[in-house]
Amino acid sequence: MRYSALSLLKNALGRNLGWSPVWREPEPKPHYDVVIVGGGGHGLATAYYLAKAFGVTNIAVLEKGYLGSGNVGRNTTIVRSNYLLPGNEPFYEFSMKLWEGLERELNYNVMLSQRGVMILYHSDSERDALIRRGNGMWMEGVEAELVDREGVRRMMPFLNFDHARFPILGGLLQKRGGTARHDAVAWGYARGADRLGVDLIQNCAVTGIRREAGRVVGVETTRGFIGCGRLGLAAAGHSSEVARMADLALPIESHVLQAFVTEGLKPCIDHVIIYGAGHFYISQSDKGGLVFGGEIDGFGSYAQRGNLATAEHVMEEGVAMIPGLSRVKVLRAWGGVMDMSMDGSPIISRTSIDNLYLNAGWCYGGFKATPASGFCFAHLIAKGEPHPAARFFRLDRFERGHLIDEAGAGPQPNLH
Amino acid sequence: MASLISCPHCGPRPKEEFAVRGDATLLRPAPEASDEAWHAYVYLRANPRGVHVEHWQHVGGCRRFLVVERNTLTHDVLSVADAAEVAQGGAA
Ligand SMILES: Cc1cc2nc3c(=O)[nH]c(=O)nc-3n(C[C@H](O)[C@H](O)[C@H](O)COP(=O)(O)OP(=O)(O)OC[C@H]3O[C@@H](n4cnc5c(N)ncnc54)[C@H](O)[C@@H]3O)c2cc1C
Ligand SMILES: [Zn+2]
Repeated sequence: MRYSALSLLKNALGRNLGWSPVWREPEPKPHYDVVIVGGGGHGLATAYYLAKAFGVTNIAVLEKGYLGSGNVGRNTTIVRSNYLLPGNEPFYEFSMKLWEGLERELNYNVMLSQRGVMILYHSDSERDALIRRGNGMWMEGVEAELVDREGVRRMMPFLNFDHARFPILGGLLQKRGGTARHDAVAWGYARGADRLGVDLIQNCAVTGIRREAGRVVGVETTRGFIGCGRLGLAAAGHSSEVARMADLALPIESHVLQAFVTEGLKPCIDHVIIYGAGHFYISQSDKGGLVFGGEIDGFGSYAQRGNLATAEHVMEEGVAMIPGLSRVKVLRAWGGVMDMSMDGSPIISRTSIDNLYLNAGWCYGGFKATPASGFCFAHLIAKGEPHPAARFFRLDRFERGHLIDEAGAGPQPNLH
Repeated sequence: MASLISCPHCGPRPKEEFAVRGDATLLRPAPEASDEAWHAYVYLRANPRGVHVEHWQHVGGCRRFLVVERNTLTHDVLSVADAAEVAQGGAA
């Protein structure tokens, strides 16, 4: 069914009994041309673009839980393309452009809200670093704006400008950045892929990768063996576990990242605000809840829950930036397993096994990448060649010394 | 994460006193070892979902490096030993 104002009206008048299921629940077939492991944002987007843009239609997405049960449904929904390095920025800008047309593309409301993303600075050196980042963006044709203290004050009068240790001196604004509804992105791609004939197979955990003569021939799953011509891994936080099934060790450690949401408030925070003094960021959802988070907990974890010391630290930073937050009640906290790569940048790459492709290493920033990651991974799987926007995201860059280290932190994944 | 780590020198202490360094199963290759060996040491990680052995440092206490055996799925801490003792062949 095509969604439109008319279909909404018709179904409202029909007491909403006329809606049909958004995707099929097929039994797995014995063999597919392409199998994707992981029904998160990236796996679903990959399947969608394989079918839509690259003419591959005999595809299955295998998801061990339900679609969107991983990080795509756990993130804080920020989309932006304000990266520094030339290996990253064109890719994230490609993603931003896909975001800007996504609702039309998918006929699905992903609630993209380009409300502006502001990174605050608190010292001259932080300002200089942000100017450098803004110039890096401009060099890739992406608009960035340095806003002074009074400019920030007009936009966000509730900030603590005179904090004794971290006064707010200004910020770098990307006006086209903002938020999108995370679940809707998963559902929109799932619906789109299903309509193009992709089999979305839920409650189907991949437990082994069967190989013959150095090539993948299929996967063992909790629902039996499924053969495939090509295999794409998009398991995010569980990438190492899945790659191990093909005897591949990855430059990745899994870490937990937490996020929080408050009770609903009237509209009060119009932008996405990132605190430069520590690591804290916040935005307000359309329901009114303040959605915020901070840094990863810091130790390797697959637990999908964090610990209270980090929660306390994040909230302290929040109150330092916005004193009024101390009056707001937090409703929920949760965690997701992050595939932290060794240089903080992602991997969309061939592997040492001919027909096995890898999409991983998204750290805490892969939601914004969803459309471009899906498109570029589909390009790679269909053509065997990297998409130009993702050509730096090779798995062998670590071996060859071509790291993409935005933070300059070195091979210590919990510092990225 | 378990909220306490039992330092062999200081006793049970809140985990916030400790800093994690990472995988303790890796062995530093000889300087003249191959590029592959160095690549594996610097960049590749087993990253297990389950029992893992890591280096932690008791920065808020004795400042010793420790070898901590820990479950990354349940966050249970299974054993803690002094890193120098482990390196010299003591109990892991
Ligand atoms: C708290 C939090 C906040 C975040 N905030 C942001 C943000 O504001 N902006 C941003 O850009 N990014 C953010 N991220 C990061 C972003 O959510 C992830 O990088 C991105 O969602 C990862 O890609 P994905 O959607 O495909 O992952 P997932 O949704 O995790 O998909 C991977 C899927 O693989 C499945 N899987 C794993 N193993 C197997 C197996 N053996 N067999 C079958 N299936 C398997 C999992 O069940 C899962 O559904 C945040 C993450 C977290 C946790
Ligand atoms: Zn100690």
